[in-house]
Amino acid sequence: MTVYLVRRLLQALLVVLAMSVIVFVGVYAIGDPVEILISPDADQLERERAVVALGLDLPLWQQYLVFLTKALQGDLGNSFVFNEPALKLILQRMPATLELAFGAMFLSILVGLPLGLYAGLRPDSPVSKGIMAGSILGFSLPTFWVGLMLIMVFAVQLGWLPSTGRGDTASLLGLQWSFLTIDGLSHMAMPALNLALFKISLVIRLTRAGVRETMLMDYVKFARAKGLSPARVTFVHVFKNILIPVVTVVGLELGSTIAFSVVTESVFAWPGMGKLIIDSINVLDRPVIVAYLMIIVLMFITINLIVDLTYSLLDPRVRLESKGT
Amino acid sequence: MKTTRRRHLAAATAVAAGIAFVATGAAAQTMTMAVGAPVTSLDPHYHQLSPNNAIADTIFDRLINEDHRSRNQPGLATEWRAVAPTVWEFRLRPNVRFHNGNAFTADDVAFTLQRLPNVPNSPSSFAVYFRPIARIEIVDPLTIRFHTHQPYPLLPLDMTNVRIVDKETVENATTADFNDVRAAQGTGPYRVVTHRNGDRIELERNDTYWGERPGFQRVSYRMITNDAARTAALLAGDVEFIDQVPTTDLAKLRADNRVRLSETLGLRLIFLGLDHQRAPGENSPFVTDNNGQPLGRNPLRDVRVRRALNMAIDRNAIVSRVMEGAAAPAGQFLPEGVFGHVPGLGAPAYDPDGARRLLAEAGYPQGFRIQLNSPNDRYINDSRISQAIGQMWTRIGVRTAVEAQPWATFIGRASRIEYSTFLIGWGSNPDGSHPLRNIIGTYSRERGWGASNRGRYSNPQVDALLEQSLTELDNEKRERLLIDAMRMAMEDVAVIPLHIQANIWAMRRNLEHTARNDELTRAQDVRPAAR
Repeated sequence: MTVYLVRRLLQALLVVLAMSVIVFVGVYAIGDPVEILISPDADQLERERAVVALGLDLPLWQQYLVFLTKALQGDLGNSFVFNEPALKLILQRMPATLELAFGAMFLSILVGLPLGLYAGLRPDSPVSKGIMAGSILGFSLPTFWVGLMLIMVFAVQLGWLPSTGRGDTASLLGLQWSFLTIDGLSHMAMPALNLALFKISLVIRLTRAGVRETMLMDYVKFARAKGLSPARVTFVHVFKNILIPVVTVVGLELGSTIAFSVVTESVFAWPGMGKLIIDSINVLDRPVIVAYLMIIVLMFITINLIVDLTYSLLDPRVRLESKGT
Repeated sequence: MKTTRRRHLAAATAVAAGIAFVATGAAAQTMTMAVGAPVTSLDPHYHQLSPNNAIADTIFDRLINEDHRSRNQPGLATEWRAVAPTVWEFRLRPNVRFHNGNAFTADDVAFTLQRLPNVPNSPSSFAVYFRPIARIEIVDPLTIRFHTHQPYPLLPLDMTNVRIVDKETVENATTADFNDVRAAQGTGPYRVVTHRNGDRIELERNDTYWGERPGFQRVSYRMITNDAARTAALLAGDVEFIDQVPTTDLAKLRADNRVRLSETLGLRLIFLGLDHQRAPGENSPFVTDNNGQPLGRNPLRDVRVRRALNMAIDRNAIVSRVMEGAAAPAGQFLPEGVFGHVPGLGAPAYDPDGARRLLAEAGYPQGFRIQLNSPNDRYINDSRISQAIGQMWTRIGVRTAVEAQPWATFIGRASRIEYSTFLIGWGSNPDGSHPLRNIIGTYSRERGWGASNRGRYSNPQVDALLEQSLTELDNEKRERLLIDAMRMAMEDVAVIPLHIQANIWAMRRNLEHTARNDELTRAQDVRPAAR
């Protein structure tokens, strides 16, 4: 177990290093941040001053070394745009993104699992066919369009929900959260649903496929033959077995939801990390891009780890040690 | 009898007062506004950027304010004049206090100017406004003199770009202290209550403001960068006021009786830059003959070709179809009524036949091929404008390919003079010297000219007129020099001007707004509508 963990952490470190090099080279190849940030009427002297102020006068490899030295001391650099520590900027916005992502995950499981179960148990009923057709829409409609439609219908036409922003927040563990207030929840509803739509469809399809497959297994037939109630067969024998793929996918999806909820966050003006990263990319704010991606890499690796651990809990056949050897 | 009358009177006054109270009470609620471009800092000297300047104007004051038509108005200075060729004297407004109660004096002005070049890590500093000043002399607490290195007529214009901070508060403060609100103590109409970076700024009325009383008790200044979401928030009533109304929503909003628009022609010209860098006998990077082979010469150095390309553009079509009317065709940088506008120089007439004749005269009867480079995320409808121009040029035989890229990629290449022709914009200060010096003047590090002259146009005659104007203190003579210089450059087609953008705001019916030509979205320009 320990060997396994250490190995995973080493892998993470390598990925982070490689990623930071790629970002440095990539941003350098795209363009010059000073050209974007500087006032158009700045003269040549002022432009030169700005290049030096942002440390962009050094050769690229030297810039990278400076970054690495500082990073080892826990300083990921200051944002070119805001002149504040990149890490601080990101962490400030993390709660907003986290609660949105978890809200979406919660919705997708709450809605997706029962619908998927139903569609799997009664594959031929018209309701199941309706569910499956609906899930195709969930997959294929573009997020930004659905988001705008939600706003048009529920905020502009019906006036039931607020269109944008985060609403009132309440403090928990020293951070501000929307889900603790009614106003905050009403602000969260649409973006969370928007973000969840794709995942709901995914969970429906995975669950349905799982159920259909498991229902034909010998142990299910045997349980039925033993005279167990259909409810017990479904919720104990079938349910536990279909959870493994669902947990894997939901876990990975959680990662990508946190990391890349850019579209939803900009449509709903949700002040999370996704909006920060896209703004930073637009102005080539390298310290923020690097710091953000480093956090995301670490997060993905952690989530994968948790998924693996959950596996071994759900399925006694999976042994983590055996993976290591 | 007397008592009853008095009582009636008192009752009537009370009722009137009550009505007045209800009226102002309704007006005094929180006003929520949403802007399209994020504010990057509350430090007014950290980043020279329109959204930052707009919020800085709300919190701070300048010595000289600009009204909605960019005309100078007394701000924290009540009068100013050049007392000697190199000395400007400013008389300061008495009895002004900062939000924290500190009195405003000449010390604060001197401190502010000295701070400009000393803001660490500034990605675009205000140092240029300090550079012409050799010495600052405080005559008395309400009189200050700026001694310049040479006669400097632009000093008042420079002062319209500098927001004054409180010396005592800011002396040991950093940009981060401004963002945490502590140091963001100005003399302006609103004070900051809270600031959530890139999300919102909560403001409260400054009850002791020296100028016109601000219209609202509280203002919530939000940033919604997505165009469609901003419009939707207005329609849903979540915000009452938005800026940067997308042209695609204009027709819908004009028809909606819950909403009113406020608009004015701005100071931002959209134009095409042309490659003047390559000699007449050299190849320009994206110009070839009709078979894609190098031409062996740079046709853009021939004024007849430039005129032909200029005449081939149907500006009215672009303005009405692509811009939905939210622009005015232009033949020069500044709109009418601004210092340095060339009288009588309108947009060139659309004349494709004349353009073909000129091309033939210049030795290109069959035309040539060219690539027009363009950003696609910077100016209103930028890539669509470029597409339209590509078609218009192709019609006169100049077969045009359009390449649109994100600004981040585009601007670096444009600055390295890698393009033959490119679409770009310029937001002018309200003075003819501003575009001349930055876009038309010959590129020179020593003089600080032409830093945005990305076609490297160079005309010694224009340069001479500009040079003369920069030390001319007589405003009439100065304007004549600027007009002559701009006319000369436009006749020579230094760049191809297309149109000047309109600035458009939208609000709920219960509000009124004074549209500004400098694009700034400021809380003090919004007021409850008169009934």
